[in-house]
Amino acid sequence: MKDLLKSLPIEGRRSFVKQLGTLMVSFPLTSPILWPSYGPVQEEKLPRTLQRNPSLGAWLQVTEDNRVQVFTGKIELGQSIKTVIRQVAAEELSMEMEQVEVIMANTAMTPNEGYTAGSGSVKGSAIAVRYAAAFARMHLCSLAGNQWGLERKDVHLDNGTIFSKDKKRSISIANVLGGQQSEVEVTMPIELIPKRKYRFVGRPNVSYDIEQIVRGEPYFIQDLVFPQMLHARILRPPAPNWNGNIDVAKLKLLLPEGLELFVDGKMLAIVGADEYTVVKTHRRLDRELKWHSDEVSVTDRTLSEKMKEMSTEEVEVISPTVKEDLAGATFEGTFFKPYILHGAMGPACGVAKFDMDLLEVWTHSQGVFPFRAALASLFSMPAERIIVKGEAGAGCFGHSSADDAAADAAILAHAFRGRHVRVQWTRQQEHQWEAMGSAIKIDVKATLNDQGEIVTWESEVRTDSHSTRPNKDPGTLLSARYLSKPFYMKGKGYIRGGHRNAEPYYRIASNKLVAHHFQGPLRVSSLRSLGAFANVFAIETIIDKMSRYLGEHPIDFRTKRLDDERAIAVLERLKEQTINEKTAEREGLGYAFGRYKNTDGYCALATKLSVSVNGDVTLIKCWAVVDVGEVMNPLGLEMQVEGAILQACSWTLKESVTFEGNAVSCADWNAYPILRFGNVPDFDITILDQPQEQPLGGGELATPPTPASITNAIFDALGLRIYSLPVKIQSHP
Amino acid sequence: MITLRINGEELITSASPDTPLLYVLRNEFQLFAAKFGCGMGQCGSCAVLIDGEIRYSCLLPVAAIGTKSVRTVEGLSTMEGDLHPVQQAFMEENAAQCGYCTSGMMIATVALLEEIPQPEDEQIQAALKGQLCRCGSHPRVMKAVKRAIL
Ligand code: FES
Ligand code: FES
Repeated sequence: MKDLLKSLPIEGRRSFVKQLGTLMVSFPLTSPILWPSYGPVQEEKLPRTLQRNPSLGAWLQVTEDNRVQVFTGKIELGQSIKTVIRQVAAEELSMEMEQVEVIMANTAMTPNEGYTAGSGSVKGSAIAVRYAAAFARMHLCSLAGNQWGLERKDVHLDNGTIFSKDKKRSISIANVLGGQQSEVEVTMPIELIPKRKYRFVGRPNVSYDIEQIVRGEPYFIQDLVFPQMLHARILRPPAPNWNGNIDVAKLKLLLPEGLELFVDGKMLAIVGADEYTVVKTHRRLDRELKWHSDEVSVTDRTLSEKMKEMSTEEVEVISPTVKEDLAGATFEGTFFKPYILHGAMGPACGVAKFDMDLLEVWTHSQGVFPFRAALASLFSMPAERIIVKGEAGAGCFGHSSADDAAADAAILAHAFRGRHVRVQWTRQQEHQWEAMGSAIKIDVKATLNDQGEIVTWESEVRTDSHSTRPNKDPGTLLSARYLSKPFYMKGKGYIRGGHRNAEPYYRIASNKLVAHHFQGPLRVSSLRSLGAFANVFAIETIIDKMSRYLGEHPIDFRTKRLDDERAIAVLERLKEQTINEKTAEREGLGYAFGRYKNTDGYCALATKLSVSVNGDVTLIKCWAVVDVGEVMNPLGLEMQVEGAILQACSWTLKESVTFEGNAVSCADWNAYPILRFGNVPDFDITILDQPQEQPLGGGELATPPTPASITNAIFDALGLRIYSLPVKIQSHP
Repeated sequence: MITLRINGEELITSASPDTPLLYVLRNEFQLFAAKFGCGMGQCGSCAVLIDGEIRYSCLLPVAAIGTKSVRTVEGLSTMEGDLHPVQQAFMEENAAQCGYCTSGMMIATVALLEEIPQPEDEQIQAALKGQLCRCGSHPRVMKAVKRAIL
C-alpha cells in the first residue's frame, strides 16, 4: 500500500486530506519504544486484519487540527458500521466522538478488509480499529513522555491533548507527532481501556450520518456529481443467452443530437450530458431492440418440482452416518424457498473516469479491493492504476448489482476518456439483472425415541451457489459476458453457503446432511444469511412438530435438547416475555431459534399473528431475544434485528421471483411486492449483553428464525403446516 | 423556460417540459433529497410536497406544476438550518438504516401531520403505505412519527 501511495501522488491520501482543508501529520518512525508493562495483556495476537495491515497509519491518522481520521476497509450499507468504528476509536483514544472521522473503503486509502459481508464488520474492522486506536494512544503518550523525560504511565491522553500527571505540561497530539512522514507498526502488547470505564461503547448511539440523511444532503453514490459528467443507461437483452440482431446504424438514426450510442459486442449504452434525454432515448431504443430465446427449461411455477432432477449428485456429505436402529416416531417435511431479490431501494449506480492511464471508480460495492482485482483483469491493467472508492449505497444485504454498475461505468469511461461517466440502472434492470438469493429445496426426516430424545436427523439440501462476488475473474462482472471479447464466470462461486445452518444446533444422536448443487436458471449470489434462512425454516418447523407431538411447550422442548447455556438463556428469556400472551380465535403464537452459522449470535424469536378468513396474514407482534456477545451499539443492534425480522417477514409472506427460463418477469414493485406499512407488527427486542464475550455481529442472526416463527404461528392459529414459501393460504374459514 | 416555486424560491429551468421534476431537482438545482427509486410511481423515494400534498416527482412533468409550490426535504428546515420537527424526530429516533427511503418517509409524514395533526396508528400506517423501505426501518419510522406528534 505504501508503494501505491508513492506511485499515485495525485490521488493519494495526502491530496485527499488537503481537500478537507487539513494537513496530514503521520506517525513518525522512532526507535522501538519499550512499553512499561502494566495491566494484563489483552490478547496474545493482533486481530487478523491488523496482522495483515500492521501499519498504524493504515488505520488512523491525526489531522493538523487535532482530530483523528479512522480508515475502515468496510463500507456503510445501513448496518451502522461507521458509528461503531467511531465509538471504539473515540473510546480507546479517550476523545469525544465528534473528533473522530471515519473514512470508508477506498483502495488508495484504507486497509484491505475484503468484503463487507457475513456480519463480519464488527468482528473484523471494529476490533482492528480498537487495537489500532489503543496502540495509537500508547504511542502518542510515549512520544510525549519521551520529550518530557517521563514514563508513559505518568502521562495521559484526554480529548486530543496529552498531559503530564501533575498537569504542568501538555501538548496536542498533532504537535507531539511533529510532522514526520514514516509510520510505525502496531504490535502487541496493547493495553485496552477497561470495559467498565467505557463512555461510548455499549451505549446507544444514533447513526453517524443520520443528520446528513434527515437534512437530505448529498450522501449516496447516486448523489455524486462531477463537472462535465456524462450520464449513461445500459441496453441489455431481457436475459442472459438471448440473441438479437443489433442494427447499430438504425439505432443511431434514433439518437437525438448530442447523444452517443456505445456498442461493444452485445453491450450497448446511451450516453449524454442530460440525464433525462438519456432516459427517454434509452426507453425508445429498448423498445426497438428485438431479442429472442428458445430455451425455457423451467419457470417459477415448475421450479420446486424440477429442482431434484436439475441437481447434481451429492457435492458434500457432512456427518455421514445415520443409525437406522435408533429410529422412533418420524417427522418429515419437504421445504422450499424460491429465488428472492435483494431489491435495494436505490437501483445500482456507478461512476468512473479514465484519464492518463488511471482509472477511478466510485461504487457501493461490498468489496472495493476484490472488485478492483476484477477490473484489473477485465482491462488487463495493473491494479495499482485503478482506484476504487467506496460510497454509501442503499441497503442491499448481500452481493448487489453495485459492482456490475460500476464495471459498466468503467467500461464506458474507457470510451469517453477524461470524462466522469455515471451509470444508473433502472428499476427494471435492478430486478431482472441482480444476482439474487438462490432457491433452495430441503428434505428433512427426523425421529424421536420413546424418551423424547431426537435420535436421528437426515437432511438433503439442494441449492445453487450462494456467492458469486467479484474476484480476479472478470466473468464475475455482469457486462463482461456481453463484450466483443467476452468473459464468462469460471467456477460456481461459494457453494457451501447453501447448507449454512443445515445441521440442527440441538442434541441429536445421529445426524446426516447431504448437499447437492442445483444448477438453476438465474444469476445468483449472496443474500442476507445465505442458506440459513431456508435451513432454519426447515429445522424449526420439524422441531415445532416434535414439541406438539410430545405436548411440550415449544420453548421447553428446545431448551431440554440444547447444551449451550447461552442458547438456553435467550430461549428462557423469550418464554418470560411471552408467557402471559393470549391468543384469540384465528390468532397464533409461533417460536423459533437459531444460532447463526452455529458459531455466531443467538436469536430466539416469537411471532404473534392472525389469519383472516380469506387467508391474509396480519403480523401483530414480534419478540426477539438476542445474544451477540459484546454489544457495541445497542441502538444499532436493535435496528438491525428489527430490520432483519421485517425483511424476513417480507420474504416469508410475500416474495418470490417470477421467471420463464432465464428471463425474470417480476420487473418492478407491482410484480414483486414486498412488505409495507399496513402490516408492520409491534416489536419487543431484548439484548442479553455479554461484555466479556467476543462481539459476534448482529446483521443476519434474526433472519433465519423468522420464517418458522411465522409458519409455526400459522399452525398455532389454524392447524395448517406451511412447507413452501412464500406463505399462501387459500381461504380458510 | 419554466419557472418553478421551490422551497420558497423562484427557480427557472431550461429542461424540456416533459422532464419529470425529480431530474430537475437533482441535476439542475442540486436538491438531492428526493431519490430515484423506480421512476414508476411505485416506491415513494422521490416524494415531494406540491401545495402541501405528497406527489411522486419521478412522474411529474415540470410543465404540469404551474404556479404550485414545491417543497422538498431541503425546504423543511429553516433558513438558519434549524430542523423541522419531523426531521428532528427522525433524527432523534434514528429512523433510518441506509436512509435511501428516509426523505420520502419524512415528506409523507409532513403531509400526514399537516392534514391530521393527531393521527392514530392505523392512520400513520395508511399514510406511509406508499413508501417502501427495504431495510425494515418501519418500526423506527413509526416511533419518529409519534415523536413528531408530541
Ligand atoms: S422513484 Fe418515484 S415513486 Fe419510485
Ligand atoms: S432505510 Fe434503507 S430503504 Fe429504508
